[in-house]
Formats: sequence, structure tokens, C-alpha cells
Amino acid sequence: MNMPVKFAGDLTELPTHAYGHRSLTWWGIIAFFAIEGTFFALAIATYFYLAGGEQSWPPAPFRPPSLLAGTLFTILIVASELPNTLLKRAAEKKDLRTVQKYLLAMSAVGFVLLVLRAFEFASLNVLWTDNAYGSILWALLFLHTTHIATDAGDTFVLTGLMFTRHAVEARRFVDVAENAMYWRFVWICWLPIYFLIYWLPRLIQ
Amino acid sequence: MTVLTAHDLPRDGEKLKGVALHARLEKTWSRQPGLWAWLSDVDHKAIGRRYIVTAMVFLLLGGIASLVMRLQLAKPESGLISAQRYNELFTMHGTTMMFLFAVPVMEAMAVFLVPLMVGTRAISFPRLNAFSYFTYLAGGVLLWAAFLLNIAPDAGWFAYVPLSGPEFSPGKRSDIWAQMVTFTEVAGLCVAVEITATTLKQRAPGMSLARMPLFVWAALITALMTIFSMPAIALASGFLISDRLVGTHFYNPYEHGDALLWQHLFWFFGHPEVYMIFLPATGFVSHIVETFSRRAVLAYPAMVLALVTVGIIAFGVWVHHMFATGLPRLGFAFYTAATMAVSIPAGIQIFCWIATIWAGRPRFEVPMLWVVGFIVTFVLGGLSGVMQASVPIDLQVHDTYFVVAHFHYVLIGGAVFPLLGAFTYWFPKFTGRMMDEGLGKIAFWTAFVSFQLTFFPMHISGMLGMPRRIYTYPSGLGWEEPNLLSTVGAFAFAAALGLFLVNVFVSMWRGRVAGANPWDASGLEWAAASPPASYNFAHIPVVTSRTPLWDNRDALPVMTGLRVDDRELLLTTVMEARPDVREPSPEPSIWPLMSSLAVTVVFVSSIFTPWAVVLGLLPVGAALTAWFWPKGPVTPEPVIE
Amino acid sequence: MRRLALLPLLAALGGCEGIQAIGPRNGAEAAAISDLFTVFLIVTLLFYAAVIAFLVAAYWRRRGERQDGLPDPDGTNRDKPLNTALLVWIGAVIIGLTGLTLASYLTDRAIARSVPPGEPVLSVEIVANQWWWDIHYHFPDPSKNIRTANELHLPVGVPAMIYLKSNDVIHSFWVPNLAGKQDLIPGKLTDLALVPRKPGRYRGQCAEYCGIQHAHMALDVTVESKEDFALWLATQQRPAPAPANPLQQAGFDYVTTRECSSCHAIAGTPASGQVGPDLTHLLSRRSLGAGTYPMTRGHLYAWIADPQSAKPGNNMPVVGLDADQLHAVVAYLETLR
Ligand code: HEA
Ligand code: HEA
Ligand code: HEC
Ligand code: CUA
Ligand SMILES: [Cu+2]
Repeated sequence: MNMPVKFAGDLTELPTHAYGHRSLTWWGIIAFFAIEGTFFALAIATYFYLAGGEQSWPPAPFRPPSLLAGTLFTILIVASELPNTLLKRAAEKKDLRTVQKYLLAMSAVGFVLLVLRAFEFASLNVLWTDNAYGSILWALLFLHTTHIATDAGDTFVLTGLMFTRHAVEARRFVDVAENAMYWRFVWICWLPIYFLIYWLPRLIQ
Repeated sequence: MTVLTAHDLPRDGEKLKGVALHARLEKTWSRQPGLWAWLSDVDHKAIGRRYIVTAMVFLLLGGIASLVMRLQLAKPESGLISAQRYNELFTMHGTTMMFLFAVPVMEAMAVFLVPLMVGTRAISFPRLNAFSYFTYLAGGVLLWAAFLLNIAPDAGWFAYVPLSGPEFSPGKRSDIWAQMVTFTEVAGLCVAVEITATTLKQRAPGMSLARMPLFVWAALITALMTIFSMPAIALASGFLISDRLVGTHFYNPYEHGDALLWQHLFWFFGHPEVYMIFLPATGFVSHIVETFSRRAVLAYPAMVLALVTVGIIAFGVWVHHMFATGLPRLGFAFYTAATMAVSIPAGIQIFCWIATIWAGRPRFEVPMLWVVGFIVTFVLGGLSGVMQASVPIDLQVHDTYFVVAHFHYVLIGGAVFPLLGAFTYWFPKFTGRMMDEGLGKIAFWTAFVSFQLTFFPMHISGMLGMPRRIYTYPSGLGWEEPNLLSTVGAFAFAAALGLFLVNVFVSMWRGRVAGANPWDASGLEWAAASPPASYNFAHIPVVTSRTPLWDNRDALPVMTGLRVDDRELLLTTVMEARPDVREPSPEPSIWPLMSSLAVTVVFVSSIFTPWAVVLGLLPVGAALTAWFWPKGPVTPEPVIE
Repeated sequence: MRRLALLPLLAALGGCEGIQAIGPRNGAEAAAISDLFTVFLIVTLLFYAAVIAFLVAAYWRRRGERQDGLPDPDGTNRDKPLNTALLVWIGAVIIGLTGLTLASYLTDRAIARSVPPGEPVLSVEIVANQWWWDIHYHFPDPSKNIRTANELHLPVGVPAMIYLKSNDVIHSFWVPNLAGKQDLIPGKLTDLALVPRKPGRYRGQCAEYCGIQHAHMALDVTVESKEDFALWLATQQRPAPAPANPLQQAGFDYVTTRECSSCHAIAGTPASGQVGPDLTHLLSRRSLGAGTYPMTRGHLYAWIADPQSAKPGNNMPVVGLDADQLHAVVAYLETLR
């Protein structure tokens, strides 16, 4: 800096990490929420756009998707908010043992959900190549699956990380808290999609 | 492990300032020599410069494509190039200009300038930034490699289905187009996230939202628009690819799909896109006008409001590209009104700039010339836009050269002119030297005059019924003269840009060496050295007004206490910019490049087999894990609470 | 007034009214739009003039003053009048825009009403193909229906409803002298009302990029008196004449039994292909290959011998006729008047 300066304050005493909107990554994650949320909103808009042009939905002779796998999935993902909340709280308290415990639990949940998701694809009663209805159903489910897979992957990595020497760093706990926030977003996004895929065709039939 | 206290760590302050501080900070922030370090660099200025240079190379390529087109159109029934080649050329030209030049160059300017303007040491997610650049580069290389391999896309820059679909575009041309879009979307979204976080959380203490420089406002609004519009094109091109490669039917009207779905999704992105090009340009204009009128821009709140309203309205007008598709006529009235409404904020901006000149003491230097050229040209293009907003008029002029004239007036007049002005203006920040004034003036005047010569006649050929995207035309319809003029003008315009380029090179080599603030401007970026040091600011500046450097001529207030042995940033609160947290900023890393390469391999091979998406998860996941995995010794935070 | 504003455009036209231009008022819709355009041109030029005047004045005001040195220290103190001016300007812009929006809306409604109910309406179906127009006239008595290609005839003053479809990609139907454009979209039916006002020969052209030969997808339009139109219609309703000499006979044999007949139809003969233009009254048309060539014997030879060099990429293959066959085919085609 070539200009003369005058010292007007000192930053030494500021904390070096913070949770929630005081942290930089939190804003990054919010921005990614906005991006992914827009993706889902537009995919949902596409669904309605395609449905709007049809006499019957799903187009005859297709049947609406079977409920079992999707409903199990939904119950599990909503229920997972409980360990998720506990995980987030523990991270904010920097309680390593509890964090490790719930990270393991969330990893297991992620894994089971991915398996259930495979069954969901099989229960759609339509293939993506059958018609545009099939295409948009698969697309919605596929989009959400990448969502789950990304977060599950992230959880796996974090679980590993929290069992290493890095687990003493305060910023790792911020990471865990932010991962938990992300998971919330993942399951909240799922609810309208669940409704759209499984219930809307039944309701308008 | 010894517990350090906050005061044991080296920090800037009374004890460490001046040359010693510089040396210490350089050690922490500057790049090591060597190729590896170059590839691992995460400095926003280095990445920004690479981004800018790359975008300019694409301007050149896109420009050369247009020159060949203009040669072909110079006379009727010309046989210079084949129909197929012409169609590839305008597709390459439009795609390159929009996706690889105009939008990225504006992002690039923001990447370079925003951290300097808000007074911070680094961009928010520097590794993401490096990743973004490599991914963008890969997309551009993919497109132009395809052109060289003779498999260039040929369905126009908006690639309407079914023409671009599986049935009517066999081969790989359209897949390459769609994947190129994916690359640039990923890159653009990354930058948008960085800019949002940087502007909201890293502003210098005291730089409340109400004191944020207008370019930073423009960059923020642009980033938000990117976030909410780019998913539309990513989704659209994803659907297109899957229709083409795995047999879905999104756009197939015979299997319950719909061809217009593409247009809705495309323009839901495409319209905001044009303002994502224009808004940053208005930011340049505001800064240049301020500096060379020697006073702050008039009615700052109105200017900010104008940016915000343009950003919002931009999402409600996409149907004005689809007036001829036969959608319900009454609904069009809404889109006409919304489109016209954009003229209100645009009019406010134009007024405020001129009023600033009016009330100030204008200095006619080269950046200011470009601004005048901008006003004269852009307003004309804006007004032809207003004509097109009218449904009946648009039904006549849609898809004619009248529209081509409109969008070159607003794109070149409204964005390229300010960009060239901005280059001249911030050139000392990029390189440490000034651009040559004489050459700059000649380049401006040739560009200005030849621009009008090239593009004004297109209004006329459009009114004479000449459709766009035709590789040849018959004589006798009155199109010969306007087309010949356009061709002559285009070459003169290219010469002008060539002159500009010569000026850039000559000045880089032996231009006058610039001080930190050669124009006596008011923004924080001028408090940093020219070119800025790797760490931007030795101490974090404090802002007390909208024009900090003018209001603190004797000494700039600064804050001390950031660590200098580690890359540390100051985070401030969103609204008031009160100091809040110190956070570390990531070190250089090769993994952004590796991740980008992995992504490139996945995207490109997915053109050939959908399995690439599944198999690619592995390398991409591995690279990303390596990227985020903390490295080096464990550093327990010093206890300061 | 109207003439005055269009002066620059008319000058560019070199005094003649184009046959494919936006200015001329040869159809009801085109005329309405032309008026609207004039209104827009005047209003926007006024605003443009205001901006330029302000800009020039802003510079002129301070010419000669010291322009270097410190930034204007009390710049913002003098802003009051400018802020007021800003409000006035915004008001003017809003009024201007409201006026333009209203004018546009009213014109749009007027165009929608341009086909008065109850008048005799001609019904034409146009199907776009890569890169030619398939044209069907429908009448209440289906035996009177005709099929032709690339040339539209309309009786002056009679509203015509044009129904638009596409067989492949999106095209756009546009005859600027008569009306604005309308896309043809696969899977959708769109329409357009034409009310021609002045007899004449016009030209239209596909206005949506539709692939390699989008440049050669023109349409000839003839607006004629009702009598002339009836005459034309009667001709078109007749089947093709029988060949009158051996050469024509040879051509007839070739065209109706070999490759050509799998794509082209000629009424009254065995040729009934549907993928190419109807050839029954080929020679009555003004051009060949959707505006690629004028209709002359030489060009007919050129087209049949090698359609791919005339219009590269179009969907008619090079059939590979020898010289005798070519002479015969052209001789026969020339009887299709
Ligand atoms: C930088 C890019 C940019 C900008 C800023 C604009 C700005 C505007 N554009 Fe443009 N536009 C494009 C880039 C841009 N456009 C592109 C690339 C296309 C074509 C895409 C393609 O098909 O390939 C296009 C196409 C396009 C169309 C579709 C045309 C068609 O295909 O048929 C329309 C229709 O409404 C339109 C309207 C407008 C309007 C009303 C504005 C307004 O924002 C303009 C506002 C500004 C002013 C009006 C001037 C200043 C104001 C005053 C001086 C106040 C007084 C004014 C009045 C009272 C009127 N544009
Ligand atoms: C920012 C965007 C941008 C820019 C800068 C330009 C710049 C130019 N455009 Fe652009 N144009 C578009 C965006 C842009 N265009 C878009 C989106 C389309 C629609 C495409 C579609 O329909 O799909 C289009 C379509 C388009 C057409 C219509 C094609 C058609 O419909 O058939 C034409 C025709 O003349 C044209 C011409 C030009 C010319 C002559 C320039 C010149 O200004 C270019 C000048 C620049 C250079 C020449 C390079 C720099 C030169 C040097 C550094 C000097 C040294 C080099 C040499 C001397 C070779 N453009
Ligand atoms: C595979 C299909 C096919 C075959 C075989 C074929 N044509 Fe064509 N023909 C077309 C198509 C398609 C067009 C329209 C091309 C265009 O304008 O884009 C056309 C156009 C023409 C035209 C111009 C029509 C007009 O109104 O402009 C003539 C004349 C013609 N064909 C004659 C012939 C003759 C004679 C033969 C046999 C020697 C033949 N065609 C064989 C498909 C075919
Ligand atoms: Cu048909 Cu363009
Ligand atoms: Cu638009």
C-alpha cells in the first residue's frame, strides 16, 4: 500500500471461526442451496408443463408408481432429521465423541437410503424411454439421487476425517455443522418431489 | 502441544509494517516459482487475468468467425463458403461470443476487481475459483477442437429442438454444444458463489451495503442472477443430451414431450443472461464516469435500485423471444409490459451518468470516450429493443437482421465498449503500466465509426425483409448495399480492435509506469499497488464513505491484527460490515486442476457413453476429497476466547 | 407524417417498394403494424434526441474549464435540481412507455379482429418441410381441394385463414408485405389470418432457422383479383395433361414409374409420392426449389440433373439420369402447366 495509513483499530481479538451465517462457507452453502433449489423448482415446473399438455396423467396406459419403496424412503429420510439435529448440536458444542457417533449413524442412513432409492427406480412403473412422463419422473428421481449421493459421500468423508488427528481443529466442527444443515435441505427438497411422483397422479386421476 | 496465545503470532501493526510487513506477507501469499505452482495458484488476480486473457482469445476467435460470415454475405449468391460451413460459423460465433466471451469476461473482471474493491486479501473460495477457470477453459477448448475436427455444432446459439435433437442432428455436433454449455455453467456458477460470498462477507470494515461501489453491486446482482438462471440452461441441455443419448422424450411431441419446453427453459436463462452481460458493464461505466467527472455518481440509491429492478424484471420477460410461437396472444401483453418496464431503470442509469458529467468537471480521456460511445450506441440499441417488445412489431422484425442489429448495438455498444473503456481504466491495476493515449483515441474513433457502419445498415436490411441465419441471398431485394456496407464496416471494426490489441501489447512492454492511483480515483482498488501485491492490502482498509480515497487524502484509516504467517481473511457482517471473524483462506493446491480434469473426462466421455457419468463418480469424488482434505500439520487454534 | 418518418427507410429502398419488406402496406396486418412502427419510431427518436442533447450539453457546459486537479469537493451540494430533473425524466419515460404499450396492445387487438365474422374465408393448410412448403387448399367440397407447393395464390380482399403445421423441425411462415410471422411447430397447429389488400407478387421466406437450407426456403405469393384467382384455381384443379409426343411419353414413363414417383405426386398419373412437392402444375409456378431458381428450362435441367449442387443438402437426391432420360423428363415436366 503506497498511501499513508493511520491505524484505526485492531482485529487480533476476533474469533477465528464461527457457526452459521457468520462463517464464509455457510454463505457458500446457501448459494449452492439456491442453485440446487432452482434446479428442483425448474424440474418441477417442467413436470407441470408436460402434465398440463395431457388429457390423462400419467398418460394411458401407464399406472402411477407403486408406493412402498418411496414411502419407506420418505419415512426414513424424515426420521433421519433426529440424529441429524443431535449431530449438529454436538458439533456446535465440539463434543467429539457424540459427533463421531452420530456421523456413523448418518453414514448408515445415507447408505440405506441409497439402497432404497434403487428400489424406488424399479417401482416407477415406467421407463425413461417410454415417453416424456417417464423421462421427467426419472429425471426428478435422478436429480434427487445425485443430491443424496453427494451429501452421503460428504458424510462418509467427514466421518473418516473426524476419526483422524484433524478432528481437534475447530473448523472441522463447523464443517460437520454445515454438513448437517445441508442434509436438512436434502430431505426438505424431497418432500414436494415425493408428492409429485407418487401422489399427484393418484389425486388427479 | 504448546498452547499459543493470540498475541504470540506475527501480525501486522505498529510492530510490523512497511517493508518488513511486505516481505512477511509476500512469503505467505505469493506464488512459488515453477509450473506446478503456476497450475496450483489460487490468487484471484492471477486467475482473473488468465480468465480475461482467455475470454479475449475467444473474442478473437468468435470475431474471426464473424468476419468470414461477413465476407460470404458481402454479395448475393456468393459461393465463398458452403451452407454447412456458414451454419457452423454463426453457431460458433454466437456460442463463443455469449458463452465463452461476454459472460465469462464479465465474471473475470469481477474475479479480479471485486476483492480489491471491497478491500480484502483474497476471493472467498479461491480453489473453487481456480477450478472454475480450468473448467471454463476445457469447455472452450472442447468447442473449438470440435470445429477443427469438423464436428462443430450447427444449430445456432440457442439450438432449438427438434433441429438439435436426435432425429435432425445425428452425429456429435449438438452433444458437443450441450456439453460445452455444461462446462461454462459449472464455471459460471462457481464464480457466482464466490462473488456472492465475497461481497457479502469480506467487505472492508465500514463498507456497509450503502457504501458498496456500484461495480460491486452490479457484480453481486449478476452473481445472484447467475445462480437463479443458469440452472435453467443446465437442465435444458441435460434434457437435450439425455434425449439424444439415452432416449428420453422431453422434447419429442410424438411421445408426450414438447418442443417449446426447450424454448421456455432456454430463454428463462437466455434473457437474464443478456443482463448478466450488461449489468457489470454498467458498473464499469459508473466508475469511469465518477473518476473522470471528478465527483460521485448522482443519485446512488437510484442507481442501486435500478440494478436490483433490472435483475428482478429480467426473470419475467423471457417470452419476448417467443412471440412468434403462437402462444396465447393475451398473455403476451404481460410480457410486453414487463419488457418495456426495463427501460425505466435503464433510463434512470443513462440519466444519472449524463447528469454526473453535467454536474462534474469532465475530463476527456480514453476510458471516458468509450463511455460516450457506449451511451450513444447502447441507447439506440435499447430503443430498438423497446420496438421489439411490441408483439405486432416483433412479429415482423423477429428473426430478421433488425434483431441482429439490436443485439449487436446492446452487446457491443452496451457491453464491449464499456469493457474496452474498463480495460484502459484498470490497465494499470492489471499490469502496472498505462495504455497509450494517442493509440487509444485512434482505436476508439475507428471502432466507434466502423461499428455504426457495420451494424446500422442491418436495421435496414432487416426492414427490407432479410432473415437472419441465411448463408446466401438473392439479388434484387435491396439487400446488396446494406450487406456490403456491413462487411466493409466489419473489417474496419476488426482493424480498430486490432489497434486496441496492439496498444495493449505495446503498453505492457513499454507503457508509462503507473503509480497506485494514476487517475486519482476514489475506490479502494486504487489504494493497492499497481499491480497489487499478492496479498492486495498490507493492512485492511476502513471505509467511512462511498468515495474513500477522495475523503481520506492525507491518510487511509486501516485495521491491523490479521495474522501474516498464515493466509487470513477478515469477515465482516453482511449489512454494516462490522469486523466479525478472522478466517483462514485456502493455500494453493493442484487439486482444483485435477478435479477439473476429472470432470472434463467425465463430461467429454459422456458424449460417447452414458456410463461415463457413473464410472466418472469415482475419479471426481477422489479428486474432490483430496481437495477438501485438510493438509499439513494440525494447527490447533490459538486460544483467544 | 407517416411518409416522413419512414423516409430513411424509403430512401434505402431506392424508391421502389420491396416485394419482401416490412414497410409496404399490402395486407391488413402489415398496414396496421406499419402504422404502429411509425408511432414507435417517432416516440423513440424523440427520447433518443433528448438523451443526445443532454449528453452534448453536459460536455458543452464545462468546456474550457480547468479539468484536472481535485475532485469537485462540494459536487453533491448542487444536486437538488438534477434530482428533480431525474424525477421529471422518470415521469416522462413512464408516460412514453405507457403510451407505447397501449398503442401496441390496441394494434394487437385490432389485428385479432381483422377477419370480420361472416365473410367468406379461404382456408389454406401449409405444411412446412425441410426446406419447402406443402400447400393445401381446402374447400367445402373436398373434390375441389388442391395441393401445390412453394406458391400461394390469394384473392384480394378475401380473408384467408392459414393453418400451419410442420413435418419435421420448427419453421416460420412469413410474408412481410402481408403480415407478421408465425412459427410452424411439430406437434402443434398454429394459424394466421391474411387479408391481402393490394394485388401484386410478393415473396415470403422461412424465418426460423431450420437446418442447412434455411436460406432457400422461400415462398412466392400472388395476390390477384377474384376472377384471376378463380381462373388459377380452375387450372390447379385439373389433372395433368397426357403426354403429346414420344419424347414427353418417355419422360412420363420415367417420372411416373421410376424414382421420381416415390416422392412426387402428379394428379391424374400413377405418381403419388408424398415426400416431395406436388408437380401437377409445376410450370405454373414462378420458381423452383422454394426460391432457389427461377422457373426456366435451363434451371429445370440443372435441378433435375443435380439438385444437390443447386441446393446442397436438400432432400432430393441426385437421381443420375443419362442425357436422353434428362431430355425426356424435362420435356414431360414442361407440359405440367
Ligand atoms: C447486453 C445485452 C442486451 C441488452 C441490454 C438488451 C436490452 C433489451 N432488449 Fe434485447 N436482446 C439481446 C441482448 C440484449 N438486449 C440479444 C442477444 C437478443 C437476441 C437473442 C437472439 O435471438 O439471438 C435480444 C433480443 C431481444 C428481443 C427479442 C427479439 C426477437 O428475437 O424477436 C426483444 C424483444 O422484446 C428485446 C428487447 C430488449 C429490451 C426492451 C431491452 C431493454 O433492456 C433496453 C432498455 C434500454 C433503453 C430503452 C434505452 C435507455 C432508456 C431511455 C433512454 C429511456 C427512454 C426510453 C423510452 C421511453 C422507450 N431484445
Ligand atoms: C458479445 C457478443 C457478440 C459480439 C462482440 C459480436 C461481434 C460481431 N458480430 Fe455477432 N452475433 C452474436 C454476438 C456477438 N457478435 C450473437 C449472439 C449472434 C447470433 C448467432 C446465432 O444466430 O446463433 C450473432 C450473429 C451475428 C451475425 C448474424 C449471422 C446470421 O444470422 O446469419 C452477424 C452478421 O454479420 C454478426 C456479425 C458480427 C461482427 C462483424 C462482429 C464484430 O464486431 C466482431 C469484431 C471482432 C473481431 C474481428 C475480433 C477481434 C479482432 C482483433 C483482435 C483484430 C485482429 C484480428 C483480425 C483483423 C482478424 N454476428
Ligand atoms: C427421395 C425423394 C425424391 C426423389 C426420388 C425425387 N425427388 Fe424431386 N424433390 C424432392 C424433394 C424433397 C424436393 C423439394 C426440395 C427442396 O426444395 O428443398 C423435390 C423437388 C423437386 C422439384 C422442384 C419442385 C418445386 O416446386 O420447386 C422438381 C421439379 C423435382 N423434384 C423433380 C423430380 C424428378 C423429375 C425426379 C426424378 C428424376 C425427382 N424429383 C426425384 C424429393 C425427391
Ligand atoms: Cu424453414 Cu427456415
Ligand atoms: Cu430478451
